[in-house]
Amino acid sequence: MLANLRENRTVLFALAAVVIGVLTSVVVVPETEQAVVVRLGEPVRVINRFEPKVNFGDTGAGLSLRIPFFERLVRIDRRLLSVDMERQQVQSSDQRLLEVDAYARFRIIDAFKMVKAAGTSDKVVEQLQPILTSVLRQELGKRQFQSLLTAERGAAMAQIRAGLDREARQYGAQVVDVRIKSADLPAGTPLDSAFIRMEAARQQEATTIKAQGERNAQIIRADAQAQASRLYADSFGKDPSFYDFYRAMKSYDATFSNPNAKSSSTIILSPDNDYLRQFKGR
Amino acid sequence: MSEFSRFKLGSVLAMAGNRSPWGGSSGSGKGGGGSKGAGDPPAEPTGEDGDAAPDAPRPSPPPRGPRNPWLPGGDAGPPRRSANIEDIFRPRGNRPGGGGGGGGGGGFPRMPQRRDGKSWMPLIAGGLALVWLFSTSAHQLGSTEEGLVTTFGKYSKTIGSGVSLTAPWPIQSVSVVDVTSIKRDTIPEGEGEKLMLTSDQNLVDLSYLVRWNIKDLMLYEFQLEDPDDTVKEVAEAAMRASVAEVPLNGVMGGAGRAQIEQNVRTRMQAILDAYRSGVLIQGVDIKKANPPEKVVGAFQQVTVAQQEAQRDQSNARAWAQQIIAQAQGETAEFDKVFEQYKLSPEVTRRRMYYETMERVLSNNDKVVVEANGVTPYLPLPEVRRRAQQAAPAAGGQ
Repeated sequence: MLANLRENRTVLFALAAVVIGVLTSVVVVPETEQAVVVRLGEPVRVINRFEPKVNFGDTGAGLSLRIPFFERLVRIDRRLLSVDMERQQVQSSDQRLLEVDAYARFRIIDAFKMVKAAGTSDKVVEQLQPILTSVLRQELGKRQFQSLLTAERGAAMAQIRAGLDREARQYGAQVVDVRIKSADLPAGTPLDSAFIRMEAARQQEATTIKAQGERNAQIIRADAQAQASRLYADSFGKDPSFYDFYRAMKSYDATFSNPNAKSSSTIILSPDNDYLRQFKGR
Repeated sequence: MSEFSRFKLGSVLAMAGNRSPWGGSSGSGKGGGGSKGAGDPPAEPTGEDGDAAPDAPRPSPPPRGPRNPWLPGGDAGPPRRSANIEDIFRPRGNRPGGGGGGGGGGGFPRMPQRRDGKSWMPLIAGGLALVWLFSTSAHQLGSTEEGLVTTFGKYSKTIGSGVSLTAPWPIQSVSVVDVTSIKRDTIPEGEGEKLMLTSDQNLVDLSYLVRWNIKDLMLYEFQLEDPDDTVKEVAEAAMRASVAEVPLNGVMGGAGRAQIEQNVRTRMQAILDAYRSGVLIQGVDIKKANPPEKVVGAFQQVTVAQQEAQRDQSNARAWAQQIIAQAQGETAEFDKVFEQYKLSPEVTRRRMYYETMERVLSNNDKVVVEANGVTPYLPLPEVRRRAQQAAPAAGGQ
């Protein structure tokens, strides 16, 4: 029984050794990582290397083999990574300050080169950060303030991306995109003067609106007057002499026999007056 | 010391019971049966512990392990010991009383025996295995969820809602994400002021909401380092770019706003598609677009001016209506009279004349001066006095 136990123990030890061997020589690389196999300090191959055209499921992810103890794995992110630039003041070519916040998206496309040049992807980020800042400063410094805001921003961004990409290639990285997250006026004088300018513009707008209102009111009145006098002319012009008579009659009524403003006047009539014509008894 | 002796006794009993009835060959034969057969209920726990104990021929019994602090002290039960390396490697089928050795489960004094005297261990192990199989290979997904199945880290398939089966962990693992529910990001978070430059270099305080969901879970999981954050950053870049193309009044006005929202959405989708992020932008809504707090006063002045202008104009319009109505009235009156006048001009004219003169002269003092060439003396003061007398009289009536 003792011998039996010994025998079994050997078998078990052998089994354990096999299991340990398998466990140390099989490695799992997920879809989100690529792994550089480093044999005695020398990178020899890449597992699950990034290939732009290959779909997930057909990649080299999953189980892979390595020689235990001789080969070491350096895992590198296979996804799109981001470099954030710290907020920077940038001067445009017309000497105006702009506070710019930007980011870049990059991907490790050459894991060998990256492992040799930087080691880890965090270090790549560290290296790219100052480069992004300086490329951005350079490019934006070539342009006018206004153009940084509008359509030309796209062109500037393409330039910056190209510039950063050139630098990034030596770390085995490819810069996919650079974008300005925000471009603001720096606090202090530039911001305050913008506020003052806005305020002045608004005041001007207010004055203009008020004046326009007055003008429009005047035009409306004048239009009405014109319309009224056309009405009068159309109507009264049919017989000016009758109008004269008719209006005179109304006027006499209003002046001399207005019951609301009773003030008796003394009217001196000459017998030649037309009203007294019949006095003469002709 | 007494415990130890009981322990030994138990193991011997167990061996004896085991050897004789089943010939010592059965792997599942447990010592417990033997002790039960001996009809020694108090020894039962000891017997069970004996399962795990070394057998007699051992040169020395294994040392008692550390006392389990959780078990009641004293003689409530035999000491539990941790399995040592020999226990682990001991071939179980070959030796009596070996099968139940694993774990402390058998060591619990109050653990009842199965009816056929076998250990609980295979049942427990089987149950655990079943639970493991079931919990890691059957997946029930809600109607809004999708699951990403990876085999040793490699993508194999995407499962939809309902129940799906996969190989158990660690061969396949599933990460379940809610894909159709719409996520909302408000930018900026909180109520702070967020100033953006417009194309006319004015500033506007803007806050907006981005609605999105996952279009392609595989890309969403595998392509981006931090997809949620990326959506926010892209939203910010796109919003700034779009606002910078529109003058301030356009941003604050209604039509311009809709245009910006549409622009940002298109732009974001283009960028995110270029990243292959698997994100679908459902919409961008500008929640507020206000003038900066510092210049709100000036903006209010504009509103006041607009209202004043409105007021001036409507006053003018009212006056104009009045003037025109009056003209219409007067001309209509004249037209009517004129129509009648045309029928017999002379008569109408005289009639109107006399009627008017009647009204005029009847209400006033009249002096008729007849003689030609005679300067009449007009007693004006008297006339006035008479008039004054007449007035109260008239009032009295």
